[in-house]
Amino acid sequence: MKSLVAGMFFIAAFASLPFITTRNDLLNLGVQIFLAIVLAQSWNLLGGYAGQINLGHAAFFGLGALVTRTLWVGGTPVILALLPGALVAMLFGLIIGVPAFRLRGAYFAIGTLGLAEILRITVGNLMPQISTIPAKELASYNILPRYYLTLGMAILCVVLVALLMPSRVGLGIRAVREDEAAAEATGVSALPHKLLALALSTALSGLAGGAFAYYHVSYYPQHTFSPAWTFDAVLMAYIGGVGTVHGPVLGALFYVILRELLAVKLVEFHLIIFGILFIFVVLFLPGGLVEAWRRIRRMIARST
Amino acid sequence: MILAQQLILGLLVGGLYGLAAAGLSLTFGVLRVLNVAHGELLMLGGYGTFWMFTLWQIDPFVSLLGVAPAMFLLGMLLYWALFQFVVKAHEETRIKNSLLIGFGLTLVLHALAIRFWTADERAVTTAYSGAVLRVGGLAVPWLRLTSLLFAFAILAALHLFLAKARWGRAIRATAEDWEAAALMGIPVGKTYLLAFALGSALAGIAGGLVSVSYAISPSIGLEWTLKALVVIVLAGLGSLFGSFAGGIILGLAEAMSVVFLGGPYREVVGLILFLIVLVVRPQGLFGARA
Repeated sequence: MKSLVAGMFFIAAFASLPFITTRNDLLNLGVQIFLAIVLAQSWNLLGGYAGQINLGHAAFFGLGALVTRTLWVGGTPVILALLPGALVAMLFGLIIGVPAFRLRGAYFAIGTLGLAEILRITVGNLMPQISTIPAKELASYNILPRYYLTLGMAILCVVLVALLMPSRVGLGIRAVREDEAAAEATGVSALPHKLLALALSTALSGLAGGAFAYYHVSYYPQHTFSPAWTFDAVLMAYIGGVGTVHGPVLGALFYVILRELLAVKLVEFHLIIFGILFIFVVLFLPGGLVEAWRRIRRMIARST
Repeated sequence: MILAQQLILGLLVGGLYGLAAAGLSLTFGVLRVLNVAHGELLMLGGYGTFWMFTLWQIDPFVSLLGVAPAMFLLGMLLYWALFQFVVKAHEETRIKNSLLIGFGLTLVLHALAIRFWTADERAVTTAYSGAVLRVGGLAVPWLRLTSLLFAFAILAALHLFLAKARWGRAIRATAEDWEAAALMGIPVGKTYLLAFALGSALAGIAGGLVSVSYAISPSIGLEWTLKALVVIVLAGLGSLFGSFAGGIILGLAEAMSVVFLGGPYREVVGLILFLIVLVVRPQGLFGARA
Protein backbone atom coordinates (compact mmCIF):
# COMPACT_ATOMS: atom_id res chain seq x y z
CA MET A 1 0.00 0.00 0.00
CA LYS A 2 2.79 2.37 0.97
CA SER A 3 4.63 1.59 -2.24
CA LEU A 4 1.44 2.21 -4.21
CA VAL A 5 1.12 5.69 -2.67
CA ALA A 6 4.79 6.39 -3.32
CA GLY A 7 4.39 5.19 -6.90
CA MET A 8 1.38 7.43 -7.49
CA PHE A 9 3.28 10.36 -6.03
CA PHE A 10 6.24 9.79 -8.37
CA ILE A 11 3.97 9.41 -11.41
CA ALA A 12 2.09 12.62 -10.52
CA ALA A 13 5.37 14.48 -9.98
CA PHE A 14 6.86 13.33 -13.29
CA ALA A 15 3.61 13.90 -15.20
CA SER A 16 3.32 17.48 -13.96
CA LEU A 17 6.99 18.36 -14.52
CA PRO A 18 6.38 19.83 -18.02
CA PHE A 19 3.80 22.20 -16.51
CA ILE A 20 6.26 23.47 -13.93
CA THR A 21 9.27 23.93 -16.16
CA THR A 22 9.94 24.21 -19.87
CA ARG A 23 13.66 23.66 -19.45
CA ASN A 24 14.59 21.23 -22.15
CA ASP A 25 17.55 19.77 -20.28
CA LEU A 26 15.30 18.62 -17.43
CA LEU A 27 12.75 17.10 -19.81
CA ASN A 28 15.53 15.33 -21.69
CA LEU A 29 16.86 13.99 -18.42
CA GLY A 30 13.34 12.73 -17.74
CA VAL A 31 13.24 10.86 -21.05
CA GLN A 32 16.61 9.27 -20.26
CA ILE A 33 15.40 8.18 -16.83
CA PHE A 34 12.21 6.65 -18.26
CA LEU A 35 14.09 4.78 -20.97
CA ALA A 36 16.55 3.58 -18.33
CA ILE A 37 13.67 2.32 -16.18
CA VAL A 38 12.26 0.30 -19.09
CA LEU A 39 15.70 -1.12 -19.93
CA ALA A 40 16.49 -2.05 -16.32
CA GLN A 41 13.04 -3.41 -15.53
CA SER A 42 12.87 -5.49 -18.71
CA TRP A 43 16.29 -6.99 -17.96
CA ASN A 44 15.16 -7.62 -14.38
CA LEU A 45 12.06 -9.48 -15.54
CA LEU A 46 14.23 -12.13 -17.15
CA GLY A 47 17.51 -11.82 -15.23
CA GLY A 48 16.10 -11.13 -11.78
CA TYR A 49 12.83 -13.06 -11.66
CA ALA A 50 13.53 -15.90 -14.08
CA GLY A 51 17.25 -16.11 -13.26
CA GLN A 52 18.44 -16.15 -16.88
CA ILE A 53 21.46 -13.92 -17.49
CA ASN A 54 21.05 -11.97 -20.73
CA LEU A 55 24.35 -10.42 -21.81
CA GLY A 56 22.95 -9.13 -25.11
CA HIS A 57 20.03 -6.96 -24.09
CA ALA A 58 21.31 -4.35 -26.58
CA ALA A 59 20.37 -6.71 -29.44
CA PHE A 60 16.67 -6.34 -28.63
CA PHE A 61 16.88 -2.64 -27.91
CA GLY A 62 18.65 -2.16 -31.24
CA LEU A 63 16.16 -4.29 -33.19
CA GLY A 64 13.26 -2.31 -31.77
CA ALA A 65 14.99 0.95 -32.66
CA LEU A 66 15.84 -0.24 -36.16
CA VAL A 67 12.34 -1.44 -37.05
CA THR A 68 10.48 1.46 -35.45
CA ARG A 69 12.80 4.08 -36.96
CA THR A 70 12.48 2.60 -40.44
CA LEU A 71 8.68 2.43 -40.29
CA TRP A 72 8.27 5.82 -38.64
CA VAL A 73 10.59 7.68 -41.01
CA GLY A 74 8.77 5.85 -43.81
CA GLY A 75 5.51 7.51 -42.76
CA THR A 76 3.87 5.11 -40.27
CA PRO A 77 2.44 6.82 -37.16
CA VAL A 78 4.84 6.20 -34.30
CA ILE A 79 2.29 4.37 -32.14
CA LEU A 80 1.81 1.80 -34.92
CA ALA A 81 5.54 1.62 -35.60
CA LEU A 82 6.40 0.67 -32.02
CA LEU A 83 4.57 -2.64 -32.02
CA PRO A 84 6.41 -4.30 -34.95
CA GLY A 85 9.69 -3.24 -33.32
CA ALA A 86 8.73 -5.03 -30.12
CA LEU A 87 7.60 -8.10 -32.05
CA VAL A 88 10.81 -8.40 -34.05
CA ALA A 89 12.85 -8.07 -30.85
CA MET A 90 10.75 -10.81 -29.25
CA LEU A 91 11.15 -13.07 -32.27
CA PHE A 92 14.95 -12.84 -32.10
CA GLY A 93 14.78 -13.46 -28.38
CA LEU A 94 12.89 -16.69 -28.96
CA ILE A 95 15.36 -17.79 -31.65
CA ILE A 96 18.08 -17.81 -29.00
CA GLY A 97 15.88 -18.83 -26.11
CA VAL A 98 14.18 -21.92 -27.52
CA PRO A 99 17.42 -23.87 -28.05
CA ALA A 100 19.39 -22.32 -25.17
CA PHE A 101 16.77 -22.83 -22.45
CA ARG A 102 16.77 -26.57 -22.98
CA LEU A 103 20.31 -26.54 -21.67
CA ARG A 104 21.72 -25.36 -18.40
CA GLY A 105 24.77 -23.32 -17.77
CA ALA A 106 26.10 -20.48 -19.83
CA TYR A 107 24.52 -21.16 -23.23
CA PHE A 108 21.88 -18.45 -23.00
CA ALA A 109 24.27 -15.78 -21.73
CA ILE A 110 26.80 -16.53 -24.46
CA GLY A 111 24.12 -16.86 -27.12
CA THR A 112 22.72 -13.42 -26.35
CA LEU A 113 26.21 -11.92 -26.13
CA GLY A 114 26.98 -13.39 -29.56
CA LEU A 115 23.66 -12.29 -31.08
CA ALA A 116 24.22 -8.69 -30.03
CA GLU A 117 27.67 -8.66 -31.63
CA ILE A 118 26.44 -10.27 -34.87
CA LEU A 119 23.71 -7.67 -35.20
CA ARG A 120 25.98 -4.78 -34.23
CA ILE A 121 28.57 -5.70 -36.87
CA THR A 122 26.03 -6.52 -39.57
CA VAL A 123 23.99 -3.36 -39.05
CA GLY A 124 27.21 -1.33 -39.02
CA ASN A 125 28.19 -2.85 -42.37
CA LEU A 126 24.81 -2.55 -44.05
CA MET A 127 23.87 0.89 -42.71
CA PRO A 128 27.03 2.92 -42.25
CA GLN A 129 25.20 6.23 -42.73
CA ILE A 130 23.95 8.30 -39.84
CA SER A 131 20.16 8.16 -39.46
CA THR A 132 18.52 11.59 -39.17
CA ILE A 133 14.80 12.28 -39.00
CA PRO A 134 13.36 14.02 -42.11
CA ALA A 135 13.53 17.82 -42.26
CA LYS A 136 9.72 18.09 -42.11
CA GLU A 137 9.65 16.20 -38.79
CA LEU A 138 12.66 18.05 -37.51
CA ALA A 139 10.96 21.43 -37.94
CA SER A 140 8.07 20.33 -35.75
CA TYR A 141 10.19 18.36 -33.25
CA ASN A 142 8.69 18.65 -29.80
CA ILE A 143 10.02 17.02 -26.64
CA LEU A 144 6.61 16.70 -24.96
CA PRO A 145 5.19 13.70 -26.87
CA ARG A 146 8.56 11.93 -26.35
CA TYR A 147 8.42 12.74 -22.67
CA TYR A 148 4.94 11.37 -22.16
CA LEU A 149 5.47 8.36 -24.41
CA THR A 150 8.53 7.22 -22.47
CA LEU A 151 6.86 8.04 -19.14
CA GLY A 152 3.87 5.92 -20.16
CA MET A 153 6.18 3.12 -21.22
CA ALA A 154 8.03 3.17 -17.90
CA ILE A 155 4.71 3.04 -16.00
CA LEU A 156 3.45 0.21 -18.20
CA CYS A 157 6.63 -1.76 -17.65
CA VAL A 158 6.69 -1.36 -13.85
CA VAL A 159 2.96 -2.08 -13.51
CA LEU A 160 3.27 -5.16 -15.69
CA VAL A 161 6.04 -6.60 -13.53
CA ALA A 162 4.23 -5.61 -10.32
CA LEU A 163 1.03 -7.38 -11.43
CA LEU A 164 2.66 -10.39 -13.06
CA MET A 165 5.01 -11.43 -10.30
CA PRO A 166 2.54 -12.10 -7.47
CA SER A 167 0.28 -13.98 -9.91
CA ARG A 168 0.27 -17.73 -10.46
CA VAL A 169 2.42 -17.43 -13.58
CA GLY A 170 4.83 -15.07 -11.81
CA LEU A 171 5.23 -17.49 -8.92
CA GLY A 172 5.91 -20.20 -11.48
CA ILE A 173 8.64 -18.09 -13.07
CA ARG A 174 10.30 -17.57 -9.70
CA ALA A 175 9.94 -21.22 -8.73
CA VAL A 176 11.82 -22.20 -11.90
CA ARG A 177 14.61 -19.78 -10.97
CA GLU A 178 14.99 -21.23 -7.49
CA ASP A 179 15.06 -24.89 -8.45
CA GLU A 180 14.11 -26.12 -11.86
CA ALA A 181 13.82 -29.79 -10.91
CA ALA A 182 11.67 -29.05 -7.87
CA ALA A 183 9.43 -26.77 -9.91
CA GLU A 184 8.96 -29.47 -12.55
CA ALA A 185 8.17 -31.99 -9.82
CA THR A 186 5.37 -29.78 -8.48
CA GLY A 187 3.84 -29.40 -11.92
CA VAL A 188 5.38 -26.11 -13.07
CA SER A 189 6.95 -26.78 -16.43
CA ALA A 190 10.13 -24.80 -16.76
CA LEU A 191 10.49 -24.08 -20.46
CA PRO A 192 7.18 -22.20 -21.04
CA HIS A 193 7.76 -20.04 -17.96
CA LYS A 194 11.27 -19.13 -19.03
CA LEU A 195 10.11 -18.41 -22.57
CA LEU A 196 7.27 -16.20 -21.35
CA ALA A 197 9.68 -14.13 -19.24
CA LEU A 198 12.02 -13.92 -22.21
CA ALA A 199 9.27 -12.87 -24.62
CA LEU A 200 8.04 -10.08 -22.33
CA SER A 201 11.55 -8.93 -21.50
CA THR A 202 12.73 -8.71 -25.11
CA ALA A 203 9.48 -7.10 -26.30
CA LEU A 204 9.82 -4.39 -23.63
CA SER A 205 13.44 -3.83 -24.58
CA GLY A 206 12.32 -3.51 -28.21
CA LEU A 207 9.72 -0.95 -27.15
CA ALA A 208 12.40 1.05 -25.35
CA GLY A 209 14.50 0.93 -28.51
CA GLY A 210 11.52 2.12 -30.55
CA ALA A 211 10.99 5.03 -28.18
CA PHE A 212 14.69 5.89 -28.47
CA ALA A 213 14.34 5.91 -32.28
CA TYR A 214 11.40 8.28 -31.97
CA TYR A 215 13.22 10.48 -29.45
CA HIS A 216 16.74 10.78 -30.85
CA VAL A 217 17.18 13.17 -33.78
CA SER A 218 20.22 11.58 -35.35
CA TYR A 219 22.38 8.59 -34.49
CA TYR A 220 24.27 5.79 -36.20
CA PRO A 221 22.02 2.71 -36.46
CA GLN A 222 24.91 0.65 -35.05
CA HIS A 223 24.90 2.72 -31.86
CA THR A 224 21.65 1.20 -30.62
CA PHE A 225 23.28 -2.26 -30.70
CA SER A 226 26.28 -1.14 -28.64
CA PRO A 227 27.14 -3.33 -25.61
CA ALA A 228 26.79 -0.16 -23.54
CA TRP A 229 23.00 -0.62 -23.49
CA THR A 230 23.41 -4.06 -22.00
CA PHE A 231 25.89 -2.77 -19.45
CA ASP A 232 23.47 -0.03 -18.44
CA ALA A 233 20.55 -2.43 -18.02
CA VAL A 234 22.50 -4.97 -15.95
CA LEU A 235 24.18 -2.34 -13.79
CA MET A 236 20.94 -0.52 -12.99
CA ALA A 237 19.03 -3.71 -12.20
CA TYR A 238 21.77 -5.03 -9.90
CA ILE A 239 22.69 -1.80 -8.17
CA GLY A 240 19.03 -1.05 -7.48
CA GLY A 241 18.09 -4.54 -6.41
CA VAL A 242 17.56 -7.41 -8.78
CA GLY A 243 14.42 -9.52 -8.51
CA THR A 244 12.32 -6.74 -6.96
CA VAL A 245 9.83 -4.36 -8.59
CA HIS A 246 11.20 -1.10 -7.22
CA GLY A 247 14.91 -2.03 -7.31
CA PRO A 248 15.46 -1.38 -11.03
CA VAL A 249 13.49 1.87 -10.80
CA LEU A 250 15.74 3.09 -7.98
CA GLY A 251 18.78 1.82 -9.86
CA ALA A 252 17.77 3.72 -12.99
CA LEU A 253 17.20 6.98 -11.08
CA PHE A 254 20.46 6.60 -9.18
CA TYR A 255 22.46 5.62 -12.26
CA VAL A 256 21.20 8.23 -14.74
CA ILE A 257 21.40 11.15 -12.31
CA LEU A 258 24.84 10.22 -10.97
CA ARG A 259 26.06 9.63 -14.52
CA GLU A 260 24.95 13.12 -15.54
CA LEU A 261 26.69 14.64 -12.54
CA LEU A 262 29.92 12.70 -13.13
CA ALA A 263 29.93 13.17 -16.89
CA VAL A 264 30.34 16.90 -16.44
CA LYS A 265 33.67 16.46 -14.70
CA LEU A 266 35.00 13.04 -15.65
CA VAL A 267 34.23 11.51 -19.01
CA GLU A 268 34.09 7.69 -18.89
CA PHE A 269 34.97 7.75 -15.21
CA HIS A 270 31.44 6.88 -14.18
CA LEU A 271 31.84 3.45 -15.77
CA ILE A 272 34.78 2.63 -13.52
CA ILE A 273 32.85 3.66 -10.41
CA PHE A 274 29.69 1.84 -11.45
CA GLY A 275 31.59 -1.24 -12.57
CA ILE A 276 33.28 -1.57 -9.19
CA LEU A 277 30.02 -0.90 -7.38
CA PHE A 278 28.32 -3.56 -9.53
CA ILE A 279 30.95 -6.21 -8.74
CA PHE A 280 30.67 -5.35 -5.06
CA VAL A 281 26.88 -5.72 -5.18
CA VAL A 282 27.01 -9.08 -6.97
CA LEU A 283 29.50 -10.47 -4.46
CA PHE A 284 28.46 -9.01 -1.15
CA LEU A 285 25.06 -7.34 -1.44
CA PRO A 286 22.97 -9.35 -3.90
CA GLY A 287 19.86 -7.30 -3.02
CA GLY A 288 21.39 -3.98 -4.09
CA LEU A 289 20.20 -0.62 -2.77
CA VAL A 290 16.85 -2.09 -1.76
CA GLU A 291 18.57 -4.62 0.48
CA ALA A 292 20.96 -1.98 1.85
CA TRP A 293 18.02 0.22 2.78
CA ARG A 294 16.25 -2.67 4.48
CA ARG A 295 19.35 -3.47 6.54
CA ILE A 296 19.82 0.15 7.58
CA ARG A 297 16.20 0.38 8.70
CA ARG A 298 16.50 -2.84 10.67
CA MET A 299 19.63 -1.53 12.36
CA ILE A 300 17.91 1.70 13.31
CA ALA A 301 14.85 -0.18 14.58
CA ARG A 302 17.04 -2.41 16.71
CA SER A 303 19.03 0.42 18.25
CA THR A 304 15.97 2.42 19.36
CA MET B 1 45.53 -17.93 -55.36
CA ILE B 2 43.69 -15.33 -53.30
CA LEU B 3 41.95 -18.17 -51.48
CA ALA B 4 45.26 -19.92 -50.75
CA GLN B 5 46.78 -16.70 -49.48
CA GLN B 6 43.77 -15.99 -47.26
CA LEU B 7 43.81 -19.54 -45.94
CA ILE B 8 47.45 -19.12 -44.92
CA LEU B 9 46.62 -15.93 -43.04
CA GLY B 10 43.62 -17.68 -41.47
CA LEU B 11 45.80 -20.54 -40.32
CA LEU B 12 48.27 -18.11 -38.78
CA VAL B 13 45.67 -16.10 -36.86
CA GLY B 14 43.92 -19.34 -35.88
CA GLY B 15 46.85 -20.32 -33.67
CA LEU B 16 46.24 -17.21 -31.58
CA TYR B 17 42.52 -17.97 -31.36
CA GLY B 18 43.53 -21.36 -30.07
CA LEU B 19 45.87 -19.87 -27.47
CA ALA B 20 43.20 -17.43 -26.30
CA ALA B 21 40.67 -20.26 -26.07
CA ALA B 22 43.08 -22.57 -24.22
CA GLY B 23 43.31 -20.14 -21.30
CA LEU B 24 39.56 -19.71 -21.08
CA SER B 25 38.99 -23.44 -21.43
CA LEU B 26 41.47 -24.11 -18.62
CA THR B 27 39.69 -21.83 -16.14
CA PHE B 28 36.24 -22.97 -17.22
CA GLY B 29 37.18 -26.63 -17.17
CA VAL B 30 38.81 -26.52 -13.73
CA LEU B 31 36.87 -23.89 -11.78
CA ARG B 32 33.56 -24.17 -13.66
CA VAL B 33 33.75 -20.40 -13.78
CA LEU B 34 33.22 -18.56 -17.04
CA ASN B 35 35.35 -15.45 -17.06
CA VAL B 36 33.96 -13.21 -19.81
CA ALA B 37 36.74 -10.72 -19.03
CA HIS B 38 39.26 -13.12 -20.62
CA GLY B 39 39.52 -10.87 -23.67
CA GLU B 40 40.27 -7.88 -21.45
CA LEU B 41 43.11 -9.82 -19.82
CA LEU B 42 44.40 -10.49 -23.32
CA MET B 43 44.14 -6.77 -24.05
CA LEU B 44 46.20 -5.97 -20.93
CA GLY B 45 48.89 -8.44 -21.99
CA GLY B 46 48.99 -6.73 -25.38
CA TYR B 47 49.55 -3.36 -23.75
CA GLY B 48 52.27 -4.88 -21.58
CA THR B 49 54.22 -5.93 -24.66
CA PHE B 50 53.46 -2.68 -26.44
CA TRP B 51 54.73 -0.46 -23.60
CA MET B 52 57.82 -2.56 -22.92
CA PHE B 53 58.71 -2.21 -26.58
CA THR B 54 57.84 1.49 -26.85
CA LEU B 55 59.42 2.68 -23.61
CA TRP B 56 62.43 0.39 -23.30
CA GLN B 57 62.81 -1.08 -26.81
CA ILE B 58 62.45 -4.61 -25.44
CA ASP B 59 61.91 -7.14 -28.21
CA PRO B 60 58.25 -8.23 -28.13
CA PHE B 61 59.07 -11.93 -27.88
CA VAL B 62 61.45 -11.25 -24.99
CA SER B 63 58.86 -9.03 -23.33
CA LEU B 64 56.61 -12.06 -22.90
CA LEU B 65 59.04 -13.16 -20.18
CA GLY B 66 57.82 -10.16 -18.23
CA VAL B 67 54.21 -10.11 -19.41
CA ALA B 68 53.44 -13.74 -18.56
CA PRO B 69 54.50 -13.55 -14.87
CA ALA B 70 52.84 -10.16 -14.47
CA MET B 71 49.56 -11.52 -15.84
CA PHE B 72 49.98 -14.61 -13.67
CA LEU B 73 50.16 -12.33 -10.63
CA LEU B 74 47.18 -10.31 -11.82
CA GLY B 75 45.26 -13.56 -12.22
CA MET B 76 46.14 -14.53 -8.63
CA LEU B 77 44.97 -11.12 -7.45
CA LEU B 78 41.68 -11.35 -9.35
CA TYR B 79 41.04 -14.83 -8.02
CA TRP B 80 41.85 -13.78 -4.50
CA ALA B 81 39.78 -10.58 -4.65
CA LEU B 82 36.80 -11.77 -6.69
CA PHE B 83 36.51 -15.29 -8.01
CA GLN B 84 37.29 -17.16 -4.80
CA PHE B 85 33.92 -15.95 -3.51
CA VAL B 86 32.20 -17.35 -6.57
CA VAL B 87 33.62 -20.88 -6.51
CA LYS B 88 32.04 -21.59 -3.13
CA ALA B 89 28.55 -21.60 -4.65
CA HIS B 90 27.03 -24.61 -6.40
CA GLU B 91 27.21 -25.12 -10.16
CA GLU B 92 24.28 -22.92 -11.41
CA THR B 93 25.04 -19.95 -9.17
CA ARG B 94 28.75 -20.34 -9.80
CA ILE B 95 28.37 -19.91 -13.55
CA LYS B 96 25.80 -17.14 -13.18
CA ASN B 97 27.82 -15.09 -10.70
CA SER B 98 31.07 -15.60 -12.57
CA LEU B 99 29.39 -14.29 -15.73
CA LEU B 100 28.24 -11.20 -13.86
CA ILE B 101 31.59 -10.57 -12.15
CA GLY B 102 33.42 -11.07 -15.42
CA PHE B 103 30.99 -8.72 -17.09
CA GLY B 104 31.63 -6.02 -14.48
CA LEU B 105 35.34 -6.61 -14.84
CA THR B 106 35.22 -6.09 -18.62
CA LEU B 107 33.56 -2.75 -18.00
CA VAL B 108 36.15 -1.61 -15.46
CA LEU B 109 39.22 -2.82 -17.36
CA HIS B 110 37.95 -1.35 -20.63
CA ALA B 111 37.24 2.03 -19.05
CA LEU B 112 40.60 2.04 -17.24
CA ALA B 113 42.46 1.19 -20.45
CA ILE B 114 40.78 4.07 -22.29
CA ARG B 115 41.58 6.41 -19.43
CA PHE B 116 45.27 5.55 -19.22
CA TRP B 117 46.12 4.64 -22.79
CA THR B 118 43.39 6.42 -24.87
CA ALA B 119 41.13 4.61 -27.32
CA ASP B 120 43.74 4.65 -30.12
CA GLU B 121 44.68 1.48 -31.92
CA ARG B 122 48.30 0.49 -31.37
CA ALA B 123 50.72 -2.09 -32.67
CA VAL B 124 54.33 -3.03 -32.10
CA THR B 125 56.42 -2.35 -35.19
CA THR B 126 59.86 -3.93 -35.02
CA ALA B 127 62.72 -3.75 -37.51
CA TYR B 128 61.75 -7.19 -38.79
CA SER B 129 57.97 -6.57 -38.90
CA GLY B 130 57.68 -6.43 -42.66
CA ALA B 131 59.72 -9.56 -43.39
CA VAL B 132 57.93 -12.09 -45.55
CA LEU B 133 58.67 -15.69 -46.42
CA ARG B 134 57.90 -16.41 -50.07
CA VAL B 135 56.60 -19.87 -50.89
CA GLY B 136 55.72 -20.18 -54.54
CA GLY B 137 53.56 -17.13 -55.19
CA LEU B 138 52.36 -16.93 -51.61
CA ALA B 139 53.53 -14.59 -48.90
CA VAL B 140 53.89 -15.80 -45.31
CA PRO B 141 54.65 -12.99 -42.84
CA TRP B 142 57.54 -14.18 -40.67
CA LEU B 143 56.19 -12.50 -37.59
CA ARG B 144 52.84 -14.25 -37.74
CA LEU B 145 54.50 -17.57 -38.49
CA THR B 146 56.75 -17.12 -35.45
CA SER B 147 53.71 -16.20 -33.35
CA LEU B 148 51.93 -19.36 -34.45
CA LEU B 149 54.91 -21.54 -33.58
CA PHE B 150 55.26 -19.71 -30.29
CA ALA B 151 51.61 -20.32 -29.45
CA PHE B 152 52.02 -23.99 -30.25
CA ALA B 153 55.17 -24.24 -28.12
CA ILE B 154 53.43 -22.62 -25.14
CA LEU B 155 50.54 -25.06 -25.38
CA ALA B 156 52.93 -28.00 -25.68
CA ALA B 157 54.76 -26.85 -22.54
CA LEU B 158 51.47 -26.44 -20.70
CA HIS B 159 50.39 -29.88 -21.86
CA LEU B 160 53.57 -31.39 -20.42
CA PHE B 161 53.01 -29.53 -17.17
CA LEU B 162 49.45 -30.81 -16.85
CA ALA B 163 50.47 -34.35 -17.76
CA LYS B 164 53.60 -34.75 -15.67
CA ALA B 165 54.02 -32.18 -12.93
CA ARG B 166 52.55 -32.71 -9.47
CA TRP B 167 50.52 -29.49 -9.57
CA GLY B 168 49.49 -30.17 -13.16
CA ARG B 169 48.01 -33.49 -12.14
CA ALA B 170 46.28 -31.77 -9.21
CA ILE B 171 44.67 -29.42 -11.72
CA ARG B 172 43.43 -32.29 -13.87
CA ALA B 173 42.12 -34.22 -10.88
CA THR B 174 40.23 -31.15 -9.65
CA ALA B 175 38.73 -30.61 -13.07
CA GLU B 176 37.58 -34.22 -13.12
CA ASP B 177 35.92 -34.20 -9.71
CA TRP B 178 36.82 -31.62 -7.11
CA GLU B 179 35.22 -33.46 -4.22
CA ALA B 180 37.16 -36.63 -4.89
CA ALA B 181 40.30 -34.52 -5.38
CA ALA B 182 39.75 -32.85 -2.02
CA LEU B 183 39.34 -36.25 -0.37
CA MET B 184 42.65 -37.35 -1.89
CA GLY B 185 44.32 -34.47 -0.09
CA ILE B 186 44.62 -32.05 -2.98
CA PRO B 187 44.32 -28.45 -1.77
CA VAL B 188 41.45 -27.50 -4.07
CA GLY B 189 41.56 -23.78 -3.24
CA LYS B 190 45.21 -23.49 -4.23
CA THR B 191 44.61 -25.54 -7.36
CA TYR B 192 41.85 -23.15 -8.39
CA LEU B 193 44.15 -20.21 -7.75
CA LEU B 194 46.87 -21.78 -9.88
CA ALA B 195 44.51 -22.67 -12.75
CA PHE B 196 43.02 -19.18 -12.82
CA ALA B 197 46.46 -17.54 -12.75
CA LEU B 198 47.66 -19.83 -15.55
CA GLY B 199 44.61 -18.93 -17.63
CA SER B 200 45.35 -15.27 -17.08
CA ALA B 201 49.01 -15.73 -18.06
CA LEU B 202 47.93 -17.54 -21.25
CA ALA B 203 45.63 -14.62 -22.08
CA GLY B 204 48.53 -12.23 -21.48
CA ILE B 205 50.86 -14.17 -23.79
CA ALA B 206 48.18 -14.31 -26.47
CA GLY B 207 47.73 -10.54 -26.11
CA GLY B 208 51.45 -9.94 -26.48
CA LEU B 209 51.47 -11.96 -29.70
CA VAL B 210 48.39 -10.10 -30.95
CA SER B 211 50.07 -6.73 -30.41
CA VAL B 212 53.03 -7.82 -32.56
CA SER B 213 51.23 -9.36 -35.51
CA TYR B 214 47.96 -7.45 -35.42
CA ALA B 215 46.78 -4.45 -33.39
CA ILE B 216 45.38 -3.74 -29.95
CA SER B 217 43.02 -1.15 -28.52
CA PRO B 218 41.00 -1.00 -25.29
CA SER B 219 37.92 -2.36 -27.04
CA ILE B 220 39.36 -5.60 -28.49
CA GLY B 221 38.40 -7.50 -25.34
CA LEU B 222 34.84 -8.49 -26.24
CA GLU B 223 35.89 -9.60 -29.70
CA TRP B 224 38.59 -11.93 -28.32
CA THR B 225 36.34 -13.28 -25.59
CA LEU B 226 33.80 -14.20 -28.25
CA LYS B 227 36.48 -15.82 -30.43
CA ALA B 228 37.62 -17.90 -27.49
CA LEU B 229 34.04 -18.90 -26.66
CA VAL B 230 33.33 -19.87 -30.27
CA VAL B 231 36.47 -22.04 -30.32
CA ILE B 232 35.48 -23.74 -27.07
CA VAL B 233 31.99 -24.47 -28.37
CA LEU B 234 33.45 -25.87 -31.61
CA ALA B 235 36.21 -27.90 -30.02
CA GLY B 236 34.80 -28.86 -26.67
CA LEU B 237 36.52 -28.59 -23.33
CA GLY B 238 39.40 -30.36 -21.77
CA SER B 239 42.00 -30.67 -24.48
CA LEU B 240 44.59 -27.98 -25.11
CA PHE B 241 45.36 -29.27 -28.58
CA GLY B 242 41.63 -29.46 -29.24
CA SER B 243 41.48 -25.73 -28.55
CA PHE B 244 44.43 -25.16 -30.84
CA ALA B 245 42.78 -27.14 -33.64
CA GLY B 246 39.46 -25.37 -33.02
CA GLY B 247 41.21 -22.03 -33.26
CA ILE B 248 42.73 -22.96 -36.59
CA ILE B 249 39.35 -24.14 -37.90
CA LEU B 250 37.85 -20.78 -36.91
CA GLY B 251 40.75 -18.95 -38.58
CA LEU B 252 40.25 -20.90 -41.80
CA ALA B 253 36.47 -20.36 -41.73
CA GLU B 254 37.03 -16.63 -41.36
CA ALA B 255 39.50 -16.65 -44.22
CA MET B 256 36.96 -18.31 -46.51
CA SER B 257 34.35 -15.76 -45.49
CA VAL B 258 36.72 -12.94 -46.42
CA VAL B 259 37.08 -14.42 -49.91
CA PHE B 260 33.44 -15.27 -50.48
CA LEU B 261 31.53 -12.65 -48.45
CA GLY B 262 34.00 -9.81 -48.06
CA GLY B 263 36.14 -8.54 -45.20
CA PRO B 264 33.52 -6.85 -43.04
CA TYR B 265 31.73 -10.14 -42.30
CA ARG B 266 34.83 -11.86 -40.96
CA GLU B 267 33.78 -11.31 -37.35
CA VAL B 268 30.26 -12.53 -37.97
CA VAL B 269 31.14 -15.95 -39.38
CA GLY B 270 32.44 -17.43 -36.15
CA LEU B 271 29.44 -16.18 -34.24
CA ILE B 272 27.01 -17.62 -36.76
CA LEU B 273 28.89 -20.92 -36.61
CA PHE B 274 28.47 -20.75 -32.87
CA LEU B 275 24.72 -20.09 -33.08
CA ILE B 276 24.30 -22.95 -35.54
CA VAL B 277 26.12 -25.35 -33.25
CA LEU B 278 23.98 -24.09 -30.37
CA VAL B 279 20.74 -24.68 -32.26
CA VAL B 280 21.62 -27.88 -34.09
CA ARG B 281 24.03 -29.84 -31.97
CA PRO B 282 24.61 -28.56 -28.49
CA GLN B 283 25.10 -32.06 -27.03
CA GLY B 284 28.60 -33.07 -26.11
CA LEU B 285 29.91 -29.54 -26.29
CA PHE B 286 30.43 -27.15 -23.48
CA GLY B 287 28.39 -27.45 -20.34
CA ALA B 288 27.61 -31.04 -21.17
CA ARG B 289 29.67 -32.36 -18.29
CA ALA B 290 27.62 -30.43 -15.77
